[in-house]
Amino acid sequence: MDFDLSDDQRLLRESVDRLIADRYAFEARRRHDLGTEGWSRDLWNTFAELGLLGLPFAEEHGGFGGGPVETMIVMEAFGRGLVREPYLATVILGGGLLRRAGAADLQAALLPQVAQGKLLLAFAQVERHSRYELNDVTTTAREAEGGWVLDGAKSVVLHGDSADKLIVTARTGGGRFDRDGIGLFLVDANAKGLTRHGVPTQDGLRCAEITLAGVRAEAVLGDPGGGLEAAEAVVDEAIAAICAEAVGLMTCMHDITVDYLKTRKQFGRAIGEFQVLQHRSVDMFVELEQARSMAMFATVMATDPDPATRRRAVSAAKVQIGRSGRHIGQEAVQLHGGIAMTMEYKVGHYFKRMTMLEGLFGDTDRHLAQVASGESLFAA
Amino acid sequence: MDLAFTAEELAFRDEARRFFRTEFPEALRRKVLEGGHLSREEIVQSQRILNARGWAVPNWPRAWGGQDWSPVQLYFYQDEMQQAGVPSPLGFNTSMVGPVIAQFGSQAQKERFLPATANLDIWWCQGFSEPGAGSDLASLRTAARREGEQWVINGQKTWTTLAQHADWIFVLCRTDGAVKKQEGISFILADMRTPGITVRPIQTIDGGHEVNEVFFDDVRVPAENLVGQENKGWDYAKFLLGNERTGIARVGLSKARLQRIRALAAAERVGERAVLDDPKFREKLAATEIELKALEMTQLRVVADERRREKGRPNPASSILKLKGSQIQQATTELLMEVVGPYALPYVPEEEGRNEPEIGPHDAAVAAPSYFNNRKVSIYGGSNEIQHNIIAKAILGF
Repeated sequence: MDFDLSDDQRLLRESVDRLIADRYAFEARRRHDLGTEGWSRDLWNTFAELGLLGLPFAEEHGGFGGGPVETMIVMEAFGRGLVREPYLATVILGGGLLRRAGAADLQAALLPQVAQGKLLLAFAQVERHSRYELNDVTTTAREAEGGWVLDGAKSVVLHGDSADKLIVTARTGGGRFDRDGIGLFLVDANAKGLTRHGVPTQDGLRCAEITLAGVRAEAVLGDPGGGLEAAEAVVDEAIAAICAEAVGLMTCMHDITVDYLKTRKQFGRAIGEFQVLQHRSVDMFVELEQARSMAMFATVMATDPDPATRRRAVSAAKVQIGRSGRHIGQEAVQLHGGIAMTMEYKVGHYFKRMTMLEGLFGDTDRHLAQVASGESLFAA
Repeated sequence: MDLAFTAEELAFRDEARRFFRTEFPEALRRKVLEGGHLSREEIVQSQRILNARGWAVPNWPRAWGGQDWSPVQLYFYQDEMQQAGVPSPLGFNTSMVGPVIAQFGSQAQKERFLPATANLDIWWCQGFSEPGAGSDLASLRTAARREGEQWVINGQKTWTTLAQHADWIFVLCRTDGAVKKQEGISFILADMRTPGITVRPIQTIDGGHEVNEVFFDDVRVPAENLVGQENKGWDYAKFLLGNERTGIARVGLSKARLQRIRALAAAERVGERAVLDDPKFREKLAATEIELKALEMTQLRVVADERRREKGRPNPASSILKLKGSQIQQATTELLMEVVGPYALPYVPEEEGRNEPEIGPHDAAVAAPSYFNNRKVSIYGGSNEIQHNIIAKAILGF
């Protein structure tokens, strides 16, 4: 048992940390050229040069064969940098679905393009009433002329407005909540019958509302009626990834707050000399370390071969992250006072991102119910 | 990063598991797991089984019976012991006075006390807290004055755990009242049979008798009973309290208790279904398990980190172990009481209850006392508020 990084992982961390320090310092980040897409193509190309966009892909697909630990390293740093670029949507979700469910020739055609920064992906799974349930799908796919045609609507698709291709969950059989009968369809974002309406998110990223009216899919990933398991596996990996991102956010909120307590003076002394604030900052520290522990747990369990074990572990981590994140976020704002309410101060931005992550891929209650429904976390 | 244990580490875990589950009396282990109180004889018997195998004092120097175990081995040792319901070796002996004597004592003290301390031939109790010196321990007033070849001790100690069983006591005494309060304290050993020592029991809110007041009235002990140097006792006390940072989380104990809660909740019914199938109860249980899993991971991180750190320089994250560990222990006792429900109400003293028919589920009678008793874990060993102060100082520097 060890928590050490390998030499390669250490190099990766150094390289990502340097990127974040050089390009994502709060003032530098404000000056990013976001274009019309809400994020920086220039930085995206830098990610490609650093090998980050192909990190989890096999070497034959222009990748580095990295696993969850590599993703954790990158995502934690991205949390610290409040990275706006569509890494989660393209590499972790889109790339993950292609890796797990895509046919070999499709992988060979698309993954190298993703790794080079030339292809953007998004995962369209949420519908108006599905909330967090991946199996609640009413969008349909019917067979026509040797292919598949999609009808329906998808909501809050992360970075769906800038994606080149979408991977859409659609029903090929069964009733609205059935686990069987769900396929993963690759759709060109500019296909006929597809409309996109991009909107900014609360935390400064982008998402899109998407309608599909007789849209012809380019391909189906795997079994047209058996896509749910792959989707769940990829979402679990994505949850582990955002847990790491959240640890990056929480680390910053904690450190910035501690710094503020040391330097802000009221009543003639540093406010960190007041015991009430000391103890509250300690509670933030405890929550941070517990969250860090569970993000690591999620990382090592994210690829567990047993889906029930994997799910239970990832959900447990999401609960811890959700609770810790809410506590640290609210306390970071409160301990700063008024300054943290302003857009020009960084803490509020971390707080907002953290708040949105809590609701991504299932909120705390959803995952607590998931853990509660199963065996003990300590089952031998 | 690899959370899998090595084959050697797992072999050690299995060895420990086998030892703890086969070499200790079943009845004793069940009593511990069900929250009962052990007799003096049972505690002594259990420690002697450990010591016969050389496992009573693994953290001592090798020359005095220590094991040179890796942090992972020490972790498994504690975790498996707690899960099996084997009582930990008496902390006053093995993690408090023993290491102090081994580190600061004279050769004669080591030879006289260490083997007997490891084997629990001598039962030690701790004379630290006083009525006026709790969290502010350094303000203690029990005084020792030198008269020829003797120390004469006067004063009062309190919260002295299991003093009713003790053969010896290690006492923090004021030996210089003119200097800064931390600099006038000495660490002195006293035989409990010495004239002038009186033990008065304190009954705690669970109805039990664990702690005592100990009075010193012109108690004369030989000068050679001073450990280390005069007026350096505060340093030794800090050394002592810094020991066993990882075991304090009691993750194994909480795991065992959660398992018991699960079993009990599966058997107890609410209407047509088991308590365990009540979604609200399951969520509470799950929430506690998640906190415990996080703490277990934090503990493993501290354990892994200890391999790299020089001895005696604790990881700041280790302070979390006491804080979170005590909260989780308390949460498990709350859950246990809730599972037992109305049958937690009758008060059945352990000694008297033994021959009576049980009311409600097996051992329901310990549920409420165990809840009441466990309020202590966030108070003793440096209250959780003191732990907050310690962490704050490490982080903020104030």
